[in-house]
Amino acid sequence: MASSRDDFVIAIRSAFLKKKDKQKFSLLTLIFLSFIVIVLSNFNFKATQIVKSSINEVIYRSSALISTPENYIKSLKKDFDQHMRLYKTHKATKIELENLKQKQLTNDFLKIENKKLRSLIDENIETKEIFAKVLIDKESPYLKSVVLNKGSRDNVKIGMAIVDGVYLVGQIIEVNYTNSRALLLSDFNSKIPSVLAPNDIQAVVSGTGSNYGIIEYTQYEIEKNLNESEIIAYTSGLGGLFKPGIPIGKMSISSTGKINFFSDFTQLNYVKITSYKIGSKK
Amino acid sequence: MSSLNKSPFLQIFLSYLPIFMLFFSVFNEFDFNYLKLEYFSFNFVHLLIFFWTLRNPDHLGYLVIFFAGIINDVVIGIPLGISSFCYLLLCSVTAYIRNITLSPNFIKDWISLLFTILLINSIQVIVLDLIFLITVDYMNYLINSGFTFLFYPIFFVVFNFLNKRISIQQND
Repeated sequence: MASSRDDFVIAIRSAFLKKKDKQKFSLLTLIFLSFIVIVLSNFNFKATQIVKSSINEVIYRSSALISTPENYIKSLKKDFDQHMRLYKTHKATKIELENLKQKQLTNDFLKIENKKLRSLIDENIETKEIFAKVLIDKESPYLKSVVLNKGSRDNVKIGMAIVDGVYLVGQIIEVNYTNSRALLLSDFNSKIPSVLAPNDIQAVVSGTGSNYGIIEYTQYEIEKNLNESEIIAYTSGLGGLFKPGIPIGKMSISSTGKINFFSDFTQLNYVKITSYKIGSKK
Repeated sequence: MSSLNKSPFLQIFLSYLPIFMLFFSVFNEFDFNYLKLEYFSFNFVHLLIFFWTLRNPDHLGYLVIFFAGIINDVVIGIPLGISSFCYLLLCSVTAYIRNITLSPNFIKDWISLLFTILLINSIQVIVLDLIFLITVDYMNYLINSGFTFLFYPIFFVVFNFLNKRISIQQND
């Protein structure tokens, strides 16, 4: 009995403390080191922040460089697929364009009217936009995020909205000197205050880890008030982070509570980092 | 052909291949951990580390694994040190198995992989969810652990072939 316990202790000691010829550190030392790294990364000391930011800078750039051949193959495949669908897409686009031209006329009028009303209540929205390239879009089962090539050097700040065309795709959660990380709407930890049009219901769009979101906190109300066949979710602007009225996604009557995002997060190449300020006109 | 087998370049290339594969998989955007297929993913890095630290630890050092973990954390955006800690725990299990085993047995290795993966994924979930308050999908972790376990025999055959090639090169 005692001998088997001794064997166990010897095996454990040997596993953790013994160094092979080519090993510079024992396993126990490195486990302690990684534990210290975890603890330090949990605290926001200035020194750790600088070290973390520098590591991020180097690794993001290296990862983008190493992923170049793969991204090139991906873009070739995308171009090929687009080329094969060209005729079909052209026909559909023509019809869509005609519809949009008609809607544009109404929109122009609404824009002018909106501007006039804002000036009446002495309010204006100042929007700042920064164009950024997606460096890494390595999604993982744990975190849906992208790394962008703009950072604190370009005045990017935590909480800024990420927009693909006119559609919201996420928000900045980490800023380094030359790059930043944005959390996508599809991530579990993403919660966006939104308004459901045309019923004007306040809700929160939460990520699910998949390529769709869900409506939280107001599901009962939605079921009661659903009259439209299609409901569009826009940012409500509550909380002050996002500009009100950025389209997020749409929900069909058959899939109550499930929001299909407008933007395809797997195809993001260039995005806009936006911030806004509501203030009175001077 | 035999002169090609004795080529020093090939010898160096093969001996560094496990490290190359490890860094390539943590740096690259293509990830078996996220194949964009619902209910299917497996952790290639866990399989790679498990096999090489168990069968031929000279070709995959602990320091290299530690740095690969740090890179993985930065690339996928989880707090620094978590992957390193999990990878090194995997190494400690393989080191223990190596010490208590006289003749390697595939089935025993395979079963210990299951327990190890469940342990390290549980630790990762606990650290992310309870300490760093990052919500994670438990089902994804479970599926990932299951497929990682199931895929071990396939990668065992591939890595074993590679390991034999490395041994032949070194003994030549």
